[in-house]
Amino acid sequence: MKKNATKITVEKLNFFYGKEQALFDISLEFKTNAITALIGPSGCGKSTFLRCLNRMNDLIPYTRVEGAVRLEDTDIYSSDLDVVILRRRVGMVFQKPNPFPKSTFDNVAYGLWVNGIRNKRFVAQRVEQSLQQAALWDEVKDRLDESALGLSGGQQQRLCLARALAVQPEVVLMDEPCSALDPIATQKIEELMVQLKENYTIIIVTHNMQQAARVSDETAFFYIGKLIEKGHTDALFTRPRLKQTEDYITGRFG
Amino acid sequence: MKIDIDQDYHRRKKAAQRIAFVIFRSAAFINGIALFIILYFMVANGWQAISWEFLTRPPVDSMTRGGILPCIIGTFALSFGAIIAALPIGIASAIYLNEYATQGRAIRIIRLGVTSLAGVPSVVFGLFGLAFFVVILKMGVSIMAGALTLGVMSLPVIIGATEEALKAVPNTFREASLGLGATKWQTIWRIVLPAALPGILTGSILGLSRAAGETAPIMFTGAVFFTPKLPQSLFDEVMALPYHIYVLATAGTNIEETRHLQYGTALVLIALVLGMNVIAIFYRSRLRRRLTG
Repeated sequence: MKKNATKITVEKLNFFYGKEQALFDISLEFKTNAITALIGPSGCGKSTFLRCLNRMNDLIPYTRVEGAVRLEDTDIYSSDLDVVILRRRVGMVFQKPNPFPKSTFDNVAYGLWVNGIRNKRFVAQRVEQSLQQAALWDEVKDRLDESALGLSGGQQQRLCLARALAVQPEVVLMDEPCSALDPIATQKIEELMVQLKENYTIIIVTHNMQQAARVSDETAFFYIGKLIEKGHTDALFTRPRLKQTEDYITGRFG
Repeated sequence: MKIDIDQDYHRRKKAAQRIAFVIFRSAAFINGIALFIILYFMVANGWQAISWEFLTRPPVDSMTRGGILPCIIGTFALSFGAIIAALPIGIASAIYLNEYATQGRAIRIIRLGVTSLAGVPSVVFGLFGLAFFVVILKMGVSIMAGALTLGVMSLPVIIGATEEALKAVPNTFREASLGLGATKWQTIWRIVLPAALPGILTGSILGLSRAAGETAPIMFTGAVFFTPKLPQSLFDEVMALPYHIYVLATAGTNIEETRHLQYGTALVLIALVLGMNVIAIFYRSRLRRRLTG
């Protein structure tokens, strides 16, 4: 895969919750096999934007989308798009770990089962691979059949990551995945992200700027529903082009 | 200006709180006392009637002696039939209303229908069952007609409990499932329904208990005062516990003489209902423990 290829293109995206407009004319591109961080103060629309990328906002009534989002060549908001397949190609890890009330094994295997993959040996292999990718295998390999709810918060989040990776998505969306975790668990997840970007495109929403600076290749700064600035992480953090960006990064507001 | 702590005020408020709690606790106790009094009455007046013969033999001598076996069988048949009929429809309706339906006029009308159904008097259900199941659908006075009538009566309870249970399943499970590429139905079948099962079970058992004890709906549709043989098919008429009590106590030839039989029958009915409740609660807590790790 070409390193500078574009995975997702967003063109003039406007988003409405009923009559309230939440996103204004957002246009940007996400590069393949890179980590892009979305930063900005609380309530600026980053999570809303992220959820537009896998049409999770469809679950909320009275929402409306204008503009286009393209996953490579596919317009994901076209009326003949199969949303189920979209969500298989674009996976998501949520802010609060949400493992199913099932065993660890069943959690990771779930994605495979609902996509029709039933071969027991293959599923077992894939479960092990995904748990390895999420750096959780060693900790759970002896208790795969125990309830996932018995794991610690950091383990649960890594489980959710493994669960998302099991179906081999092309893109992994992460909505503040570390905000409910302690610093050590956070560090583990950040290390994972850097390893994973070799095979996946990762887009992460974070309100932790140091995290964005540590982990991402590109960063986009959102403010009250608008995209203010986007660019290479190093450049954005050391030589931001706009004053608003500089003010946010240096902590003058937000 | 400094706001001083008014010790006296707080002391008075604490006393008022203690009084309130005493009142609330008494109210709760009254519940327990009421149940205890009912049970005491039933047991005191009816225990002499309970015997192996009572539970396993049919009545003899125009109901003045013998047992109530056909009534026990009849009540079981009617209430289980009601649940088998109502549970699938009730759960399916609740799933539709809660998971699939888009809010709008049609949904409001359906919900109005369900709530109104809950308010229909049981004797009206009996007449409905008579007109519709017994006559129009030609089932005759039968287990089937009686069970279906009881089933329709139990629908609001089952739908209500199922909807509550579905609403209690955190949305984040649904989002996680859909995010992996599952369809809505897969999500409901594999994640939501299993998680809602304890609540659905409670509702079903409540419905079942109510159905077991109802007299009016089965009077015209399935139950008779006397039938010489035990039911062989769904189209047979049956005797039932609540109806038996009613007739013995009001229209039987020897009301006073059969008093102990009435209480005995009532005791059996209560034992049945309580037994079903206990089983349901036990099963439900086992499921709950499994779901919360």
